[in-house]
Amino acid sequence: MFKQKILSQKISAIAGLLAGAVLAHAAHAGLVKVDGSSTVYPVTEAVAEEFQKAVKGKTKVTVGISGTGGGFKKFCRGETDISNASRPILKQEMEACKNNGIQYIELPVAFDALTVIINPKNNWANELTVAELKKMYEPAAQGKITNWNQIRPTFPNAPLKLAGAGADSGTFDYFTEAIVGKAKSSRGDYLATEDDNVTVQFVERDVNAIGYLGLAYYVENPGKLKAVAIKMDDKSPAVLPSLETVNKGTYQPLSRPIFIYVNRKSADNPEVAAFVEFYLKNGAKLSKEVGYVDLPAKAYTLALENFKKRKIGTAFGGEAEVGVSVEELLAREAKH
Amino acid sequence: MQAQEIQTLRALIARHKRYDILFGVIGLLATLVGVITLLALFIDLLMDGYARVTPEFFTNFPSRRAEQSGILSAWVGSALVMLVTVFAAVPMGVAAAIYLEEYAPRNWVTDLIEINVTNLAGVPSIVYGLLALGLFVYILDFGQSILSAGLTLALLILPVIIVATRESLRAIPIAIREAAYALGATRWQMVSQHLIPYSMGGILTGVIIGMARAIGETAPVITIGALTFIAFLPPLPYTIDPATDQVAGLFDWLFSPFTVLPIQMFNWVSRPQPAFLQNAAATGVVIIVATLGMNALAIWLRYRIRKNLKW
Repeated sequence: MFKQKILSQKISAIAGLLAGAVLAHAAHAGLVKVDGSSTVYPVTEAVAEEFQKAVKGKTKVTVGISGTGGGFKKFCRGETDISNASRPILKQEMEACKNNGIQYIELPVAFDALTVIINPKNNWANELTVAELKKMYEPAAQGKITNWNQIRPTFPNAPLKLAGAGADSGTFDYFTEAIVGKAKSSRGDYLATEDDNVTVQFVERDVNAIGYLGLAYYVENPGKLKAVAIKMDDKSPAVLPSLETVNKGTYQPLSRPIFIYVNRKSADNPEVAAFVEFYLKNGAKLSKEVGYVDLPAKAYTLALENFKKRKIGTAFGGEAEVGVSVEELLAREAKH
Repeated sequence: MQAQEIQTLRALIARHKRYDILFGVIGLLATLVGVITLLALFIDLLMDGYARVTPEFFTNFPSRRAEQSGILSAWVGSALVMLVTVFAAVPMGVAAAIYLEEYAPRNWVTDLIEINVTNLAGVPSIVYGLLALGLFVYILDFGQSILSAGLTLALLILPVIIVATRESLRAIPIAIREAAYALGATRWQMVSQHLIPYSMGGILTGVIIGMARAIGETAPVITIGALTFIAFLPPLPYTIDPATDQVAGLFDWLFSPFTVLPIQMFNWVSRPQPAFLQNAAATGVVIIVATLGMNALAIWLRYRIRKNLKW
């Protein structure tokens, strides 16, 4: 920023000499830079839009999309003030931040729920257990599990047509983590796409298809898709994804909190601080508006407290976890 | 001549005429494939998006509410990036072409440069993006700004301008050059007073075709970080910037974060709500109309300038 200002000054000065006038100019004050996950993007975008309206353009907010990993790379180089993340920060990213002297405040802002979807005409797979989903998507299934009746003997003899997230997305990481048990561990012979709209079309057209995507895509396509109720194991109840079940934490293991990470130094900038506080105060309303699930009300209060105390570090220690409540996360001792 | 011979000759001529017609049909079909594909795409976009192309669409910022979203920051961004591109690429491209065509000695160095220029036109645009990320964004520290994007696209269309300028310089009869020299003109006088005015039509065509390509480029601009939600405009020179309460300098806008039309479109395509897909289609219509408009302008300018040439 500073160098740019000097450069801008130089160019202005040259132009000023040419024009025979001395120029006044402004630098990049009043800019909040956010980058990172495309999953968190719609929420942050909504907050940025409302915030800029609320302060009448006194603060400019930019929200980029470069993926959770790409976002952390920029964040740990000190290029951004806030990083959007659809998963907790990883070990090597913690290292990178530490090496550059970047400290951060971890704040959950909403829930994202993955939805397993089938064609509306599919009348057999209304509920599936985690073990059955694992059987479909685990690496060992590659080339072997190709028929619905291999999943459960009562299922019809019909080809099993799988779709899912591409390997670069946080959705893929989380689904494999929650279902197969290890992040990025998945069979490779299915329709893999980074664009959830492609998954929607695939499942909409084929009665034997199954896929998974973000809850918002299911909610926005009523009638085209059917959601599968998920059972943790044979004995537990089957739970359909909905705003309520995700918010209450009963839709497990396919719902996860999404985060923003705030640079500790940037938090001293009153404009960044105002933006983050605005985020946590309006996050519930705005996340629902863009098709995400809000956190329990108490979680936002706790997160706001953590931010005001400038509690640095992560509650995760560099590993993703499945099925922890947000309140519990916020109360945890942070690791650095 | 024997009646039989005449008959074989007629058969031969008829056969060759059939081939002639056959090629005419194949050629026409080949031409139509391009035209029909473009037309089909355009009509498809138009049907999806026409309802959204309203005046408000051009005056609203992007929003989470699809119906209130607009492309204000994107088209302003595109226009400003194009402005930087023109100011960087045209003087450089034209100067390089004039040097290569009129000044440079014919040897292996110029041959090498020539091969390079031609090959440069075929380099995938993402490579320019990576180069720009390293050079403009980090080393020169221009940041993710309008300046970085404009210079990147300038590099991208430089070969187009160089090739077009050289073609139109070559089309000028050698007699014009000889006449200028005969009257005692220096090389620069000959170039500046004769060659440049005469080749202006071709140069402008090259520039506009290059611009039409640059306005639709997505990959290199994404690489330098323009895939971004922007709901403000770059500071207008000599006005008070609300974010800083200071008067903005003449060149502050060069360093402003930005987004451009194809990226705004890309952003909307990946949204779950169908209304955003309509916005994307509407943006596509705007880009295609802008591109076609620029091409039409190129044709018109060439026509105007050629008409005024009197050799």
